[in-house]
Amino acid sequence: MGPKVDKKAAAKPAAQPAKKAVAAPKRLNEPKTVEKKIGGEKNGGTRKVTLPRQCRYYPTQEDPRKIKGRKKPFKDHKRKIRSSITPGTILILVAGPHKGKRVVFLKQLASGLLLVTGPYFVNGCPLRRINQIYVIATKTKLNIDSVTLPDRLTDDYFRRQKLNKAKMGEGDIFESKKEVYSVSEERKEDQSSVDKQLLAAIRKSGEKKLILGYLGAMFSLSKKQFPHKMIF
Amino acid sequence: MATFNKYVQIGRVALVAYGPDQGNLVVIIDVIDQNRALVDGPCTGVKRQALQFKRMHLTKFVIPVPRSARTCIIKKKWEKSGITEKWQETSWSKRLNDEKLKKNMNDFDRFKLMKAKQTRNRIINMEFGRLKNLAKKQAAKK
Repeated sequence: MGPKVDKKAAAKPAAQPAKKAVAAPKRLNEPKTVEKKIGGEKNGGTRKVTLPRQCRYYPTQEDPRKIKGRKKPFKDHKRKIRSSITPGTILILVAGPHKGKRVVFLKQLASGLLLVTGPYFVNGCPLRRINQIYVIATKTKLNIDSVTLPDRLTDDYFRRQKLNKAKMGEGDIFESKKEVYSVSEERKEDQSSVDKQLLAAIRKSGEKKLILGYLGAMFSLSKKQFPHKMIF
Repeated sequence: MATFNKYVQIGRVALVAYGPDQGNLVVIIDVIDQNRALVDGPCTGVKRQALQFKRMHLTKFVIPVPRSARTCIIKKKWEKSGITEKWQETSWSKRLNDEKLKKNMNDFDRFKLMKAKQTRNRIINMEFGRLKNLAKKQAAKK
């Protein structure tokens, strides 16, 4: 980052004179002073005042320069995605509770995480986010142009919900029950709509039976298979 | 029976086993010393060069070419004897092709292969079981 900032600073002074040169011709015809009436006796009646009014106050000390932060906040980070991952690519998950499953990539979210789904009715992997480093991209792609995702599938949608824990002192510890996570109705709705559309897309591909079997099967390495030497 | 069938000789066709020309056919034009030979492969894109014997596998083919023949002559003789076609018919070359195919399979291809093998084995096992039962019945009759 260091050299980049220096470049900008160097470029600024060069740009300013060019701006002035453009603005200057306009001011040529404008009057430089204005006569103003002055009230009171023995004051001459009028007085010339220069036109761009001058500063009434000049600071005696320069303000401390503001230091620009070098770091961008996370929300302004550039989102990258491997060129091998495009919407419809079948991915192999290598981490998390669904590791080993083959899933369909839908889109990249604002946070940079990948939105994937099993589909749920094929292999039990619901709509969920995953970092692309925990994923192997295969060469197999589904055409999912016809699939429209619900707008509410954003990062906030997938954020972990806070469950109210039973507080100490309130009632009996043994009687009060902990709140358990349950899948919300909207999630069920979205899942079924996406699954339906994906199934239609798979049906269109012409290899429905094989692709469904492929998505339903777990990935594993067998003897003499070395992932760094394999094509996915 | 002779111990060796393939000799290092002028006109012997060999497969390059190592280096940038790996997998291509060449023909031995001259023997430089006991380690190296002058080879040329005008029809397979291999430049005329000295190649170690360690880096080549001899094939069963020999082309009638004179020692240190020029590239154009070798090209003519190669095409006349149809080495490229003959090579492609050998089981050696077919095996190399199959290995290449297998290496370039992607994940979905491997899955499809697995399914095809399953289907084939199921048919074989069904037939095997049928014959086994038949043999059992016949043995019981006797």
